[in-house]
Amino acid sequence: MTSPTSTRRWFSGVAGTYIGLVATLLAMVLLFSSQSQYFLTTDTFVTLANDIPALAVMAVGMTFVLIIAGIDLSVGSVMALSSALCSMAILQWHWSIGPALLLGMVCGAGCGMLTGMVSVIWQLPSFIVSLGMLEIVRGAAYVVTDSRTQYIGSDVDWLSSNLIGGISPAFVIALLVIIVGQLVLTRSVFGRYMIGIGTNEEAMRLAGVDPRPIKITVFALTGLMASIAGLIQTSRLEAADPNTGIGIELQVIAAVVIGGTSLMGGRGSVISTFLGVLIIAVLEAGMAQIGASDPTKRIITGMVIIAAVLLDKYRDSRKQQRH
Amino acid sequence: MSGNAPFLRISGIGKTYATPVLADIDLEFNPGETLALTGENGAGKSTLSKIIAGLIEPTQGEMWINGVSYRPGSRSAAEQQGVRMVMQELSLVPTLSVAENLFLGHLPQRAGFIQQHALNERAAEHMAAIGLGRIDPRKLVGELGIGHQQMVEIARSLIGNCQLLILDEPTAMLTRHEIDHLFTQISRLKANGVSIVYISHRLDEVEQIADRVTVLRDGHHVSTQSMQGLNQDDIVRLMVGHQVALSQIRPARAEVAPILRVAGLSRGKAVQDVSFSLQPGEIFGIAGLVGAGRTELLRLIYGADKKDSGEIFLRGSGEPTAIASPMAAIRHGIGLITEDRKSQSLLLDKSIKINTTLARMSSVTRRGWLKPAKEQQLTQELVETLGIRCHSLEQPTGELSGGNQQKVVFARWMLRDCDILLLDEPTRGVDIGARADIYTQMEHMAAEGKALLVVSSDLRELMEICDRIGVMSAGRWIKSFTREEWDRQTLLEAAFSGYLSPGQAAAANETQGQS
Repeated sequence: MTSPTSTRRWFSGVAGTYIGLVATLLAMVLLFSSQSQYFLTTDTFVTLANDIPALAVMAVGMTFVLIIAGIDLSVGSVMALSSALCSMAILQWHWSIGPALLLGMVCGAGCGMLTGMVSVIWQLPSFIVSLGMLEIVRGAAYVVTDSRTQYIGSDVDWLSSNLIGGISPAFVIALLVIIVGQLVLTRSVFGRYMIGIGTNEEAMRLAGVDPRPIKITVFALTGLMASIAGLIQTSRLEAADPNTGIGIELQVIAAVVIGGTSLMGGRGSVISTFLGVLIIAVLEAGMAQIGASDPTKRIITGMVIIAAVLLDKYRDSRKQQRH
Repeated sequence: MSGNAPFLRISGIGKTYATPVLADIDLEFNPGETLALTGENGAGKSTLSKIIAGLIEPTQGEMWINGVSYRPGSRSAAEQQGVRMVMQELSLVPTLSVAENLFLGHLPQRAGFIQQHALNERAAEHMAAIGLGRIDPRKLVGELGIGHQQMVEIARSLIGNCQLLILDEPTAMLTRHEIDHLFTQISRLKANGVSIVYISHRLDEVEQIADRVTVLRDGHHVSTQSMQGLNQDDIVRLMVGHQVALSQIRPARAEVAPILRVAGLSRGKAVQDVSFSLQPGEIFGIAGLVGAGRTELLRLIYGADKKDSGEIFLRGSGEPTAIASPMAAIRHGIGLITEDRKSQSLLLDKSIKINTTLARMSSVTRRGWLKPAKEQQLTQELVETLGIRCHSLEQPTGELSGGNQQKVVFARWMLRDCDILLLDEPTRGVDIGARADIYTQMEHMAAEGKALLVVSSDLRELMEICDRIGVMSAGRWIKSFTREEWDRQTLLEAAFSGYLSPGQAAAANETQGQS
């Protein structure tokens, strides 16, 4: 196992992916700190640590759903509805904070499960079903909140409070989700089945694995992750904003794709996704620091996404040629 | 048209891949004549016709058109010389109209806009000229029946210069009525001096349409004779050829309760009222021509397709077992090695390890979590047992040779340890060495008391490894033979019997009896 071939394989396979992303990340940090003396400061770090958890948690769910060759566009809306229901439970029904948070999470998992069931049972593309859910769930969030931001107050802000050096409980939760997510993907039967379904669903069926419950579970998990992101957002704002998370699905998908997860299914890594999230977050924070205008920010973000996928494709074709 | 001179003459044509698949073929194709090309599966019919149509380059031999050397480098080069081929799979665009399909690639246009009127007029003219005036050229191809689609495909081949038309199993999907219409068109083309090459294993059609018959066997030219004075039985005899000596006799087995009994299994026209039973420790072959319903039968037993009727009894039980899905089949101890391992069995870009343990994750996990060391060890053992050549267990299966890929599929099912294993063409695309290893494993499984149901198009293989062979023809179960009862000729006659014309089929049934 220590022959030069297998070492090279390991290098280009496992480590190569991370090294490319980590190098990109470091290059961005260097670039921004050379452009702005304020970049390498605790303030930036705290901003990042606050921005990252919601995006990271959602990106883990999106990684799973892309691995089974599906997609979920409704995560932004699910964020808003979970947050809205939680706020209603606290404000209107006077629930205590624990059950209210749980309600939000059940709502998210339920929404995801519904998307999964409709798409699996009627064999519809999840792109379309989740596009429909994006509208339905957003509408529901407006209904629940009466289209107004619901202020909860400091009851929920502990989730985003600063524990130490800008690290909040939300950040810890995000890290846990990432670690567990990566373990599930690489070390569990469920993860193995997800990868198999994304690679060749018919082969899985003929090998005796029913893909349907697994796919529905993945969608439910994605919804659950979106609701956790929604609750983290709620705690930061100390309010439920029915407009929260509009368009965030694109940011999430971008982060996952930058991490090298294939839109065709069967291939992906939660760790890479996290690196993708960091790249997106650093890019955003860095450009804000150097005073880039909003249009410039968007143009550059777009170019980074395309460049990342191009690099990935190039690496893939090099691998294929070697074989 | 030009007297008796052949349009196309070929001499010494051969094709060698790893082994020769076609050797030393001499033939003449005359204008205004239908030459039927026939032979069993793998006899070289398709290879020969693809060489003529410019799709494959021959490794030996020469061809002449009207006495001038003919070496088509591509399909379009052959078409320019007037040689056309209608393939088994249709190549029409279903969302475009008949007219658009006919003239695809040279649509009449002005400033980039299709001149619909001119196009439809030209298409209507063309269709009328070849007797297909009833098909509306404005209709979308996808809205036509399969028979009419086939006609449109043929019509497209006839645009421009067509002097030799090759039809590869053109009637496979047609109804009786549509076949009659096709034959009318073929006669019309013949009258116009087109040379027709008709490939089919439906001997009744061959008898009806051919002027001469060429029989190929194992890539060799057996004979070319005038159809007059020849009957279907003669053709079967020519296709069968010499008797094959058995290299290996398997010990006879004592009769015990069947482990699998199938009664009246049916699905559409593919599988009609099939009944048979399988003993533990038995290797049971299913022979038949391509399209006889063998793969479909395995998929029905495995629950991969829904059956229309029929019952399956397992392990001597008097109660039928409902098998509605592959998941259920596996729960009942039935495994399937699919015909197409690349699209239906393997996760090609995933490792040998992942592919091996897929059907039985429980052997390498605890409470849903993998035990990587255990997985490594089990896979390593199977890789060694089967002699899979690879540089690591992490190697993607897509990089392996056909034989080693198939061994990975075997490893999966050996780990799963089903006591009934269905194998669909288990040695297709597998080299000789790996074949021997696979046969050895099959023997081992049978010796352990597992029952193996093997579909193969290679009769010699079946005759070598099987205890009994059942023959299917045109969706029906013809008969099952024991080692004492079978020889190559009886098996082939049974395989063709479903495709004989009604009178002959009745006679064949009388002599054979139905099992």
